[in-house]
Amino acid sequence: MRRALQILAAWLLAVSGIAQAQLTIEITGGGANQIPVAVLAFAGENALPSSLTDVIEADLARSGRFRAQYAGGVDPLPTEPAQINFADWKSRNTDALVIGQVARLADGRFEARFHLLDVPKQASLGGVVFTFTQAQVRATAHRIADFVYEKLTGERGVASTRIAYVVKQGPRYELQIADADGQGAQVALASREPIISPMWSPDGSRLAYVSFESKKPVVYVHSLTTGQRHVVANFRGSNSAPAWSPDGRQLAAVLSREGGSQLFVMNADGSNVRRLTTSSAIDTEPFFSPDGRTIYFTSDRGGSPQIYQIPASGGEPSRITFDGGYNVTPRLSPDGKTLAFVTRREGRFQLAVMDLANRQMQVLTDTQRDESPSFAPNGRMILYATELGGRGVLSATSSDGRVKQRLTVKAADVREPAWGPFLAN
Amino acid sequence: MKKKLIAAVALAVLYGCAGEPAKEEPKAGVEERTPGAAQKPAPAVRPPAAAQPVTPPRVKIDPLKDPSNILSKRSIFYDYDKDEIKPEFRPLIEAHGKYLAQNKGAKMLIQGNCDERGSREYNIALGQRRADGVKRLLLLMGASESQIESVSLGEEKPRCNSNTEECYAQNRRSDMLYSGEY
Repeated sequence: MRRALQILAAWLLAVSGIAQAQLTIEITGGGANQIPVAVLAFAGENALPSSLTDVIEADLARSGRFRAQYAGGVDPLPTEPAQINFADWKSRNTDALVIGQVARLADGRFEARFHLLDVPKQASLGGVVFTFTQAQVRATAHRIADFVYEKLTGERGVASTRIAYVVKQGPRYELQIADADGQGAQVALASREPIISPMWSPDGSRLAYVSFESKKPVVYVHSLTTGQRHVVANFRGSNSAPAWSPDGRQLAAVLSREGGSQLFVMNADGSNVRRLTTSSAIDTEPFFSPDGRTIYFTSDRGGSPQIYQIPASGGEPSRITFDGGYNVTPRLSPDGKTLAFVTRREGRFQLAVMDLANRQMQVLTDTQRDESPSFAPNGRMILYATELGGRGVLSATSSDGRVKQRLTVKAADVREPAWGPFLAN
Repeated sequence: MKKKLIAAVALAVLYGCAGEPAKEEPKAGVEERTPGAAQKPAPAVRPPAAAQPVTPPRVKIDPLKDPSNILSKRSIFYDYDKDEIKPEFRPLIEAHGKYLAQNKGAKMLIQGNCDERGSREYNIALGQRRADGVKRLLLLMGASESQIESVSLGEEKPRCNSNTEECYAQNRRSDMLYSGEY
């Protein structure tokens, strides 16, 4: 009976639905080589509950790689390639155009048909037809934005991806999942005890995290499709800092069960626990390299917390950071070439990146309390937590530090962000 | 009737005081309790019979809750980024070590805590090291391994919430909690 109640409680929490507080986004800065693109209102999109093209344009602007161009004076707006006056758009210094139309289908769904055009070449870069319901307007806009992004940059866009983060409001902690633009937030877990260190499984179906609901840190894996969760590490002492292997089969975590805080690797269901590091120091914050062969981690074995790497199969660790007395929270870019981490400079905790090929380090922010960096799956942005006016906020910066956005929730602390993987198409 | 009532109230207050010291050390790790739970009021109504004894019954004072006993103190404080136990906290830990050695049925949870600066996960590890240090000293005093679990709350359960040095100092601590206190 008790078990049944627990399952029911977990289920209730899992489906507790739409989050009350929405993230709001503010973008600052701008890249030098932004592509000027005009997203023209789609014919017939007034019939939708909300605008498609506003969301597409916002997605493109948020990436920092595009500059929105406006259609002032163009009337009527073209909805088919044949209607475009390329000379006019060229004189407006517009490189790309997105045009389209929306129609209501007999079954009540909608159909969006759009084209992306290269203005200098006066050529179509392709188009797609999407069929969607009223509830899928934003999701459809994100997919169109990702199509445009990929055609114009040659890289995958992240508008359709999701982020996880923790909101603390008074004594209440919520693990929330939202679209990458902060909209459509859902509560995956609500608790009166802290929740930290959410990490997406590589397929985006599960989150590993640390919950303090049993008065100490315990590692859970939570399925986002079923809402079911299970304990993967609840040994004597503390259990924390979960990290997924790229194949989703293994988890690295920090356990204190054998004394001190040491790295262990286990199967994703918590079985077959083996110890990875053997030091008398702190070893924590493991993170797998994209090829799964190396684990980066934080250790104070050299006297101050610094970043090290160790073969995932065990072996000798080697030190990565030397500059400064506090370098923590290593996170690798999806291509494995860049390391994001937090460095302490004159008492300020700032987001930094290191090019692993030449070990060049660059501090990306000028804030005081940066924490928990997380790369977008295309490696172009880094999401992190920081503090503004005494409150926790999320920020995202382009990996070169040029474009920054801030995501805030009114009257609440937002922290512990984790950018989810690409969704399978 | 009125006299009886006064006597009952007086006795109830007496009971309340003996069993539950009104002012305890601020309890750590129990922030989730409803305010005032630590100062449980005496039962409002006692059976009339309770008003009859002339001398109050002797109540054995729990040394862990007796404010005049060192065992009622439970917190050890640290310097920034440090886990060394300062000399002034050794007698406190030694007293608890002896208590655990003499009361083999007693169980303790040590929660290590940090101030909010720096990485949350690194702070979990730092809090663990603080708690482990306290545990080591307790074992040295004769407590057994099976009596003590040391865990870390990192920076997640601050006792004080401002960005001041005074607050940070209160949050860098280990709390020793016995069964039923967490």
